[in-house]
Amino acid sequence: MALVLTEEQSMLRDSARGLISDTAPVSHLRHLRDSKDPTGFSKELWHSFAEIGFAGLLVPEEFGGSGLGFMEVGVVMEEIGRTLMPSPFLATSVVATSALNRGGNAAQKSEYLPKISNGSLLATLAIDEGTKHRPLQTNLQAVRAGNGFKLSGAKALVVDGHVADLFIVAARTAGSAGERDGLTLFLVNSKAKGVAIERTIMVDAHNAARIELANVEVNADSVLGEVDQAASLLDGVLDIGRGAVAAEMVGLSEEVFNRTVEYLKSRKQFGKLIGEFQALQHRAAELYIDIEITRAATMKALQALDADVTKAASAIAVAKARAGTTATRAVQEGVQMHGGMGMTDQFDIGFFMKRARVCEELFGDANYHTEQLAQARGY
Amino acid sequence: MTDSKTSETETADLEQFRTETRAWLEANCPPEMRKPVTSDADVFWGGRNAKFSSEPQRIWFERMRDKGWTVPDWPEEYGGGGLSAAEHKVLRSEIAKMGARPPLSSFGIWMLGPALLKYGTEAQKQEHLPKIAAGLIRWCQGYSEPNAGSDLASLQTRAESDGDDFVITGQKIWTSYANYADWIFCLVRTDPTAKKHDGISFILFDMTSKGVTTKPILLISGYSPFCETFFDNVRVPKSHVVGQINRGWDVAKYLLQHERAMISGMGERGVGRPLGQIAADSVGTDGQGRLDDCMLRAEIASFDVDEAALAACAERALDLAKAGQAHPAFSSAMKYYGTELNKRRYEILMSAGGVDALEWESERSKQGARPRAWLRTKANSIEGGTSEVMLGIVAKRILDLPGA
Ligand SMILES: Cc1cc2nc3c(=O)[nH]c(=O)nc-3n(C[C@H](O)[C@H](O)[C@H](O)COP(=O)(O)OP(=O)(O)OC[C@H]3O[C@@H](n4cnc5c(N)ncnc54)[C@H](O)[C@@H]3O)c2cc1C
Repeated sequence: MALVLTEEQSMLRDSARGLISDTAPVSHLRHLRDSKDPTGFSKELWHSFAEIGFAGLLVPEEFGGSGLGFMEVGVVMEEIGRTLMPSPFLATSVVATSALNRGGNAAQKSEYLPKISNGSLLATLAIDEGTKHRPLQTNLQAVRAGNGFKLSGAKALVVDGHVADLFIVAARTAGSAGERDGLTLFLVNSKAKGVAIERTIMVDAHNAARIELANVEVNADSVLGEVDQAASLLDGVLDIGRGAVAAEMVGLSEEVFNRTVEYLKSRKQFGKLIGEFQALQHRAAELYIDIEITRAATMKALQALDADVTKAASAIAVAKARAGTTATRAVQEGVQMHGGMGMTDQFDIGFFMKRARVCEELFGDANYHTEQLAQARGY
Repeated sequence: MTDSKTSETETADLEQFRTETRAWLEANCPPEMRKPVTSDADVFWGGRNAKFSSEPQRIWFERMRDKGWTVPDWPEEYGGGGLSAAEHKVLRSEIAKMGARPPLSSFGIWMLGPALLKYGTEAQKQEHLPKIAAGLIRWCQGYSEPNAGSDLASLQTRAESDGDDFVITGQKIWTSYANYADWIFCLVRTDPTAKKHDGISFILFDMTSKGVTTKPILLISGYSPFCETFFDNVRVPKSHVVGQINRGWDVAKYLLQHERAMISGMGERGVGRPLGQIAADSVGTDGQGRLDDCMLRAEIASFDVDEAALAACAERALDLAKAGQAHPAFSSAMKYYGTELNKRRYEILMSAGGVDALEWESERSKQGARPRAWLRTKANSIEGGTSEVMLGIVAKRILDLPGA
């Protein structure tokens, strides 16, 4: 497969770009932040996302979705990255939907997927417990009780946690933290008794929460996939999330970069445009190259997911690691080359810097993924 | 989706081509030719005085030549394989999977050929291309001069008109393999009064012409693969000019794009095995099978990430070119990154090799193959335009920053 967008994908990009840049430029996020919006995203916009088929992008057509693939997810995520639009797309339409697609039984799929697709249900994955992304370190306990389970423990960085209707919770049904065996995924209603949710206002003004489960009762039908065997299901779902976040970071990096290059062409010092200084030209050129390379690695990873999610791990590790370092560099150079302007809240660059930092932590940072690659290659 | 039928048949055809190609390579590539190139003797350059360093090298070259696969994507009428871009991609990937060596290395293939295909007359194409494909003539590149390196267009070698001929006088430098080459493609000044880019012509001539002399220059690697080249009233027919007289800069730039793409891919075929494993052999591993030098391990892993990402970008660059969406200066971006990465690769290899990698003249070290290769990579970011110049091109041509 060629590493260029098909005609259909380019059309999708154009319509996503039109919609997102018109309705949710960076000022949209700024407004949500400044007004301390209780939802943290625009419901109205989410409905238009649903109407044009983005909410159900990965939902199979039989459940009312668009039945598209991961390259298409990347196309939309990249546009989201350009304006930093806060939306349930990542948590609900990409990650939770993939978990249901891949692990759900017929009943679970027909209950949740149509609602995701029409925009009426928000869902999210609850994995991390410690300060860093370590999925196998899951320690939230699920003990058998009657025909179901009782869940107890806490999760951090649950994206959209305070607005989600449904949590997909990784829990330990056997073994101990660090082991692959003994993990199970549960579908947990966010209104269930014993669920406590704390919205954590994050540096990037996007939605996240900590949740605590105290003896939350779920029945056997709430198990997603096989009891004790969730590790490989989780690997695939997380890799999909990583690919999507990498694409968001590509969009974010490119947007910061474009704004920086524009600034280099308009700001004068010493009687010259600062873009005439070779020291800055070379740094800009290097950054351009970094972004192009990262874009290619991300497309390669999304294609690998489309071909076979279970065989995409190395390509994903490369993409997420690269996207993390490139986005970090793009926002740092962006701020630096804007001088004092770059440090002001009034100016948008800071928003990109904050979002890049969160994207870097989401689903594993560059160090985590570099380490994964080293392990996969056996050294 | 309108073309889904044709694209399905295309995919099926391509899969068949892949199967056949793999079988042919399997049957025809001698096992000795499936090992990484470690010394100059492993490379076959062709030319009038060419010698094969081994029988398998000869067999492999001749079989590939007979199939047109020394230049798989050139038209068959010029000795090429006539493959489509998609087929060529398949062939490259199958060759890479097998780790097969290039059957023929040649400036004719990498640089002159593409320029002749675009700018040459039919007579020039028929004269030169089949000989390049068959490895009969070895070419060298007469671009740089003592006072025209990065500022190539300031070159001074003059070509004065004399009837049907030009008479060429001047000096070139850094001419790789000039002492082994049969012919040279050369930039000369045909109009000294014009602006610097407008008076240059691109001309071809035989290195045995009267008035051509070469003098090798010793490099830090201990080899002397390149020369000072002197022209003293060398007489060359005007019909040997490629493209228009005084418009040689266009040809030169087009050729440089190919040269840069080629140099950026120099590390592509790698060193046979993953760096992490090469390093494990020399520094050892801990109880969990991890390299016994955690900083080196981290360096290698981050190198591996960047290398895989660059490979994706190289693939995308070809796909973009095929789709007509490539920026003409993108080869400068690839050249910059590819050569800096290749230098990193050999820094890591030297570090992993430790004391062993320092041996210069010993049987054990194959006469210092690794340190010599390490030293050679330092030229990657100089030859074909320095890294600084590549960044300048990206800044001005792609990003459109001011102050050209
Ligand atoms: C191994 C090898 C093989 C070669 N083979 C050939 C060959 O076959 N034929 C041939 O014609 N040539 C060949 N060359 C020559 C090569 O193309 C030149 O060396 C190269 O273009 C640089 O020119 P220079 O050596 O004159 O360096 P200079 O141009 O003097 O550069 C010196 C330094 O100044 C920097 N610099 C120069 N201009 C600028 C600028 N505008 N902005 C910022 N920095 C700048 C350079 O980046 C470099 O760091 C070869 C070189 C090498 C190393």
